[in-house]
Amino acid sequence: MLVDRPRPGRTGGERLSWRIVTSTAQRLAAIRGDVPPKRHNARTIAALSGNPGCARRAVLDGAGVDKPKLAERIGFPARFGQSRFAIARGNAFEAQVKADGGVELLRLVAQRLGVPVPQRADWTDLGGDDALPDRQERSRRALTATGPDAALFDHPLLGLNVAGQRVYLEPDLVAARLGGRFHVVEIKSFPVIDGQADPAKVAAAAIQSAVYVLALRELLAGQGQDPELVSHDVVLVCPRDFANRPMASLLDVRKQLLVLRRQLERMARLDVLLAAVPPDFTADPAADTTTLTAALRTVEARYAPECLATCELAYFCRDEARGHTGALGRAVREALGGVEEVSEVLALATGERAALPERAEAAALLRAAARLRADALAGDPA
Amino acid sequence: MSTLRALAKAQAVATGVAQPVATVRHLHLAERPLVLVPLALAGEANAPLATLVGTAPDTARLLVVPQPRNRDQRFRFAAELATVVLPYLARYHTVSEAVPVDRGRDVRHRYVDAPQLLVPNPAGVTFLRLLGRSTRFRRPDGEHPVHPDVPLLGRWLTFLAERAEQPGSSALVALTDALTLHWATGQSTVEDQHLPALLGWIDPPAGSTGAQAAARAEDPRVCPPAGPATDPDFDNRVLAPAIAAYARTEDDPAARAAAYAELERVLRDQLAPTWELMWRGVGLLRALPPGARVAARWDGDKDAFTGHTEHLDAAGGPQPRRDGAVAAAVRLHRLERALASYAVQRAYDDPLVMAEHRLTGEAFVGDVVLADPKRVDDSGRRPVLRPRIQVVTTEPVLVPAGTTLFSPARPAQKAKVVFLTPAADGKTEVVLELSGGMGRGLTAPPGTVPEVGERLCLTTLSDGFLPAGAFPAPEETPWTHGGPPTSTAERPTDGDAAEDWS
Repeated sequence: MLVDRPRPGRTGGERLSWRIVTSTAQRLAAIRGDVPPKRHNARTIAALSGNPGCARRAVLDGAGVDKPKLAERIGFPARFGQSRFAIARGNAFEAQVKADGGVELLRLVAQRLGVPVPQRADWTDLGGDDALPDRQERSRRALTATGPDAALFDHPLLGLNVAGQRVYLEPDLVAARLGGRFHVVEIKSFPVIDGQADPAKVAAAAIQSAVYVLALRELLAGQGQDPELVSHDVVLVCPRDFANRPMASLLDVRKQLLVLRRQLERMARLDVLLAAVPPDFTADPAADTTTLTAALRTVEARYAPECLATCELAYFCRDEARGHTGALGRAVREALGGVEEVSEVLALATGERAALPERAEAAALLRAAARLRADALAGDPA
Repeated sequence: MSTLRALAKAQAVATGVAQPVATVRHLHLAERPLVLVPLALAGEANAPLATLVGTAPDTARLLVVPQPRNRDQRFRFAAELATVVLPYLARYHTVSEAVPVDRGRDVRHRYVDAPQLLVPNPAGVTFLRLLGRSTRFRRPDGEHPVHPDVPLLGRWLTFLAERAEQPGSSALVALTDALTLHWATGQSTVEDQHLPALLGWIDPPAGSTGAQAAARAEDPRVCPPAGPATDPDFDNRVLAPAIAAYARTEDDPAARAAAYAELERVLRDQLAPTWELMWRGVGLLRALPPGARVAARWDGDKDAFTGHTEHLDAAGGPQPRRDGAVAAAVRLHRLERALASYAVQRAYDDPLVMAEHRLTGEAFVGDVVLADPKRVDDSGRRPVLRPRIQVVTTEPVLVPAGTTLFSPARPAQKAKVVFLTPAADGKTEVVLELSGGMGRGLTAPPGTVPEVGERLCLTTLSDGFLPAGAFPAPEETPWTHGGPPTSTAERPTDGDAAEDWS
């Protein structure tokens, strides 16, 4: 049909309005489909910093697409199950640390920060069942009001702008105000044994805490207060050794803050990315499977094996990246002279394909490697 | 990653099956290794859940902790594991041999063989290390007494885990590491940590490609993870109800036995596939001929095993929680030396590994075209035998004149580059002056000087003796490194035994 004619039940006006809709928010809503955007939390925001160069991920996350559902629909379900044992242990440890109005927590934090342990501290639980904006208002007032020097705020509701949306964060964390500065206190149940913890878990905790530091700083800045009142040193409370006794350590999250800020700015410029996305692009899990798969392929991904640990769509992207050297890891790709496709690597290595001038060096290296490999495998005495 | 290895990965993608990156086996494989497949409870600090252990495919023994959060049960598990591990170690405490030391002026004794433990992956090594850490300070007396075997097991596990850090040691081996040392798959190193997928690439079942086998191995319902972490879905659907059912039967011995049997059954189901894979992997490695220098490295493991036995026999204490400044420097020095020597030895043993160094210009292969085996240098105070040879190579020679090179064929001999001359067809003529490895006289014994026509590999890599560094005694730790130790952090104290174990 070359000329759009109004179809029964659908007026031309509606169609026209669809055409005019170009604002980023509406565009994202169209991509997401007829569902409210998936809510971000500190974990998903932290995950955003994982692969900043991936346009597919930026668009899907920006639109708040239900990625786990999408991945399942297209036949590549994500595997991010959580064991109930881990959840139970995490909850039990947190409850233990926060018990008795945070007396023990206050002592731990104060000692770690090297300030005298206050006689008493205010404990404000900002959690509740009221509406999110009300809760946020309550958190804002409590955190910016002047009060006693030592105060702990449990379950503050923080906000952050992600891709033009206001995202609410409901951390299980405690913001501690001691000596006039705020410290984010993150309680994690992985052990610190003889002063050492699993580096991957510490890294994940650091980037998550950085999200909270950022949100807390924004909140203060919004009230005309100095954002630097929120320290970049996060207090991480973990069980010590094999017991349940908590210990506190300091984590400097300045680097993570930089990474996050850059990624959030990038997401705020989603319109630039969206300009390259086909107008009929959809990631609505309700859409047809083949439509979804075809649509996803039109937005470029940058798959790396690290995605498997952070992105729900990773198995799809990995399948798509099959035959690419990048799917074997960045180090492999670099060692192969940056040549992107496995077939090209092998063609250059055997000399089947003449190399373009900019590939000449890589081709020479690959040919030498192939010859040496063949020699050694053939039992060359050298 | 070396280009040669990366190329092997690309070839694996194209052919659909893992490609060899070694032509010989670079680790020692015991005749009867102790294979250990541990599982830990999610969320806890290294809480053992179950372990399958044994020295042959058909002698698997299953150990289960029905309530992993229970402190007493954890120690009972440690005691039970000790009844398997300690007798296995004791087998190697029978025969010792005399080894000459100090240039044959003295001898010392060491056990003729040493134990070898195999676990599925590096996380398995970490599990044993932490199990060792949590048990080695326990005491059979005092406030929280444990079985006397428990601290002994802890010290041995700590010893083995420390050996596992040493490059080239085969005392405690993660099978994924051993396999990726010999084969390159068409998947990333992250994915290679998953033993079922790795073996899928190396040895796919008939009728499927490595990629297909690896994909199938990723589904935890088809192929349970190789531990110590369990599949969360298994935890939630199967394990949690089974543990709860066991907990409910406290007053009913018959029901308790049934619940225990059920727990054993579900855990065995999770462990058995990995157990099979462990032995399949061992079989694949065994099919490779051992490298020439593997036995000498295994001697190092025997030395260490003998040394730790003597330490324990002399009522030596458990390993400290942390090294002091001097001990840490000594350890780092030892590990660095081992790493360097291991890399050189593998290249010497294996032309495919040496090829990686040839590609980077650290080695080249050429033909001997001229040889003057009788050449004597009499310019010094006394004449010395200094034969010269000329080698022609088609490979780029990146070393300057004056460099000392070595050849895997005659490791004791040095070859100094005298002249480098570009020849026709991009070839290079290299004139080398030889010293060492030819006896003490002025005539080289036959075979000690390369002859015309011999194909020779020359490399900058040297497997020569590296003198050990000199370190002060701990009580003489310089002030720059904190001074002599005063804190008890490096030394175990009796208080450690009282440490809670949740």
